[in-house]
Amino acid sequence: MQNTWEGKNSMNEIIFKILLIIGILFNLFGCIGLVRLPDVYNRLQSATKCVTLGTCSILLSLLFHFGFTEIGIKAIVAIPLLFFGATVAAHALVKGSYLFGVKLGDQSVIDEYKDEAEKSSEDKKKMNKK
Amino acid sequence: MTTLIFIIIICIGIVLCIIRMGIGPTAADRAIAVDTATTVVVALLVLLGFVFDRYIYLDVALVYSIVSFVGLIAIARYLEKGI
Repeated sequence: MQNTWEGKNSMNEIIFKILLIIGILFNLFGCIGLVRLPDVYNRLQSATKCVTLGTCSILLSLLFHFGFTEIGIKAIVAIPLLFFGATVAAHALVKGSYLFGVKLGDQSVIDEYKDEAEKSSEDKKKMNKK
Repeated sequence: MTTLIFIIIICIGIVLCIIRMGIGPTAADRAIAVDTATTVVVALLVLLGFVFDRYIYLDVALVYSIVSFVGLIAIARYLEKGI
């Protein structure tokens, strides 16, 4: 183990430590929300937002530790890939699960996607008749 | 020692994802748990690469995130209208 937690106390090191702790805590809280929340959509909200922010924060902390070397650049390239990949996949998954027929939870108040989903299903039926 | 505690905390997150994978009532729950577990595993790979001084793990994490994206899009498409 060459890289230890106890390093120099420069400004970059302090930012590195703060970002790393933020990332790990957000990862843990996102996973706790995945278990505790009542509904598919709530769970997806907690999981995607918290975990994506946490992992991007950990990757950004490596940039502050290593500077603009090979490793830091590699970490900063991974951030947009992970960010857009995870959020687009979550959006597709929530749309698919709504059209699949997963119900909202008991405590949900409003369902704004209902009309649009019915309209799209009617369009599909018309297309099939033609 | 401190980095070991960080790795243990991340592993607790992965265990929570596996619990949701087991008890999830619908298929969408399980797919969401897989999505979250892949993102957490990317963080774990980055931390392991930092701690053990093997930066090839960063490349592994990058490719793993792309592969998980393609797999989740396939699952979402299947749930929406069938393959």
